[in-house]
Amino acid sequence: MIEQKLSVKELKRLATEIRKKILLMTHKANSGHPGGSMSLVEILLALYFYKLRYDPKNPKWELRDRVVISKGHATPAVYAVLAKAGFFSEEELEGFRQFGSKLQGHVYFGVPGVEFNTGSLGHGLSAGIGMALASRYKGIDFNVYVILGDGEIQEGSIWESVMFASHHRIDNLCAILDYNKVQENGFVNEILKIEPLKDRWESFGWNYIEIDGHNFDQLFEALDAFTSNKGSGKPTIIVVNTVKGKGVSFMEYNHAFHGRAPNKEELEKALKELDGGDNV
Amino acid sequence: MSSELKPRPTRDGFGEELVQLGYENPKIIVLSADLEDSTRAEYFKHKFPERFFNVGIAEQNMVGIAAGIAREGFTVFAASFAVFLTNRAYDFIRISVCYNDANVKLCGSHVGVTVGEDGATAQCLEDFSIMAVLPNMRIVCPVDYIEARKATRAIAQEYGPFYMRLSRAPYPIITSPDDEFKIGKASVLENGEDLTIISYGITVSESLKAAEELRKEGISARVINMSTLKPFDREAVIKAAEETGAILVVEEHQKINGLGSMIAMFLATSYNRFVPMEVIGINDEFGQTGKPYELLEFYGLDYKNIFRVAKELLKRKNENGFPHR
Repeated sequence: MIEQKLSVKELKRLATEIRKKILLMTHKANSGHPGGSMSLVEILLALYFYKLRYDPKNPKWELRDRVVISKGHATPAVYAVLAKAGFFSEEELEGFRQFGSKLQGHVYFGVPGVEFNTGSLGHGLSAGIGMALASRYKGIDFNVYVILGDGEIQEGSIWESVMFASHHRIDNLCAILDYNKVQENGFVNEILKIEPLKDRWESFGWNYIEIDGHNFDQLFEALDAFTSNKGSGKPTIIVVNTVKGKGVSFMEYNHAFHGRAPNKEELEKALKELDGGDNV
Repeated sequence: MSSELKPRPTRDGFGEELVQLGYENPKIIVLSADLEDSTRAEYFKHKFPERFFNVGIAEQNMVGIAAGIAREGFTVFAASFAVFLTNRAYDFIRISVCYNDANVKLCGSHVGVTVGEDGATAQCLEDFSIMAVLPNMRIVCPVDYIEARKATRAIAQEYGPFYMRLSRAPYPIITSPDDEFKIGKASVLENGEDLTIISYGITVSESLKAAEELRKEGISARVINMSTLKPFDREAVIKAAEETGAILVVEEHQKINGLGSMIAMFLATSYNRFVPMEVIGINDEFGQTGKPYELLEFYGLDYKNIFRVAKELLKRKNENGFPHR
């Protein structure tokens, strides 16, 4: 299977299902990063069920689009979506963060569909640039998507790669910034301001798009704008405004759930909320 | 020994062989962080500009990009001064290269105090130690220009992360083009029975000179060039312990977690007899400005000091009684 396009209605239902999985997986492992996974759900679904070229039965297919998860802690969302896309069975999610499972705490290439190991922040954009350059050398036209965290761009190495990508006109590269506003110890812009994002990325020579990251129509449009921008010589950044912990009232914008799993009581409450809500 | 040949920096061998490899293998890509003139990666740039990037002064990004290209099936060389490459980009070497088992060859020039006048910042004395603790990483240190050419070829042909230690200082030519170079295999340059001197890089030729002086006093020293530092040649070490009963390690590198400490641990845990050892290296301090040989002497890495320490070691060996002879 190469493309699996779903309707927005189906995707919304899937988003709720993935959010529940994130909660169940982290709860069972009693560890993990639910907050920054909940914010990423629609982005990943838009990629894997609308935009990407891939074959889950042949994860190393030469023509596939590459996805580098630079915010490598977002494994609950990433693994749940990869399983849903058919890269491996959903039962395997049970082993998340457990000894003996391939599903390592941070993204790991032993898991089908994962391109590159990360977990130390600031690595993924450089790796993605390398892959995008490889596409030139191979003469194969594929796209490279790099998922960045908002706090992550406080790392200096990100700006080394931002400079490089525009200088070398790498326009088959799309960075997606999960702007969920919260990092481990509080609000991003209170800890170290990353704004003004538009001015900064544009002044570095990037094609800048900013959207609501929980709105599928906007996600589709932005992703298509990236591919139609190819040929301009500009790399694309899509800043997706999201909510950390999206979908569960007491987790939203709550930095405590950056790196903590819900306990039993919190899990039950959260699942109930997700069942009742129209999460988009 | 071809002593009539002019000493040359090992970086020259790297730069020249890289060009040769470029002709043979279109999947070789070379990255540099604006020091290609110094590392000799520019030889490749001149021949294959389309497969070369000067990424600017940005070592982290260079190593990350190298890993990304390598994961797509290419062999990527990334070169800079050893200090900037191994220290500045360490986290990228650890995660992007080693954890991703990327086919990246990190080539660091300007190692050791023999960098000379540039002083402590540029004199890399800890690269081997910090590269050695990374899983998947292998390390080579060619002993002269000729071996540097062979080592460059060998690491290009072997899959996986490598770090190659290269010099700015000219190293005397002590091998010949016909000598075999194999990753993981040490070479015995001088046979001997009383003790073994194990070294890598510029101090190998100093060790050979020391062995010559020792011979004049009736002492026969084996000299081993440990050109692969990880994994080092355990068989050669065991043989040296068994047959000579005393080991002196000489390294232009910090002693902490250097080759001496690794060999000592290996012998203590894998060999059942006591083998007296000495290690000459840098004693937990930074280098300084000076002329290369002046510094080699100051830090005790010259042949006179090797000669002196070798005799002390021999005394210890004889006091303890060499048990198996």
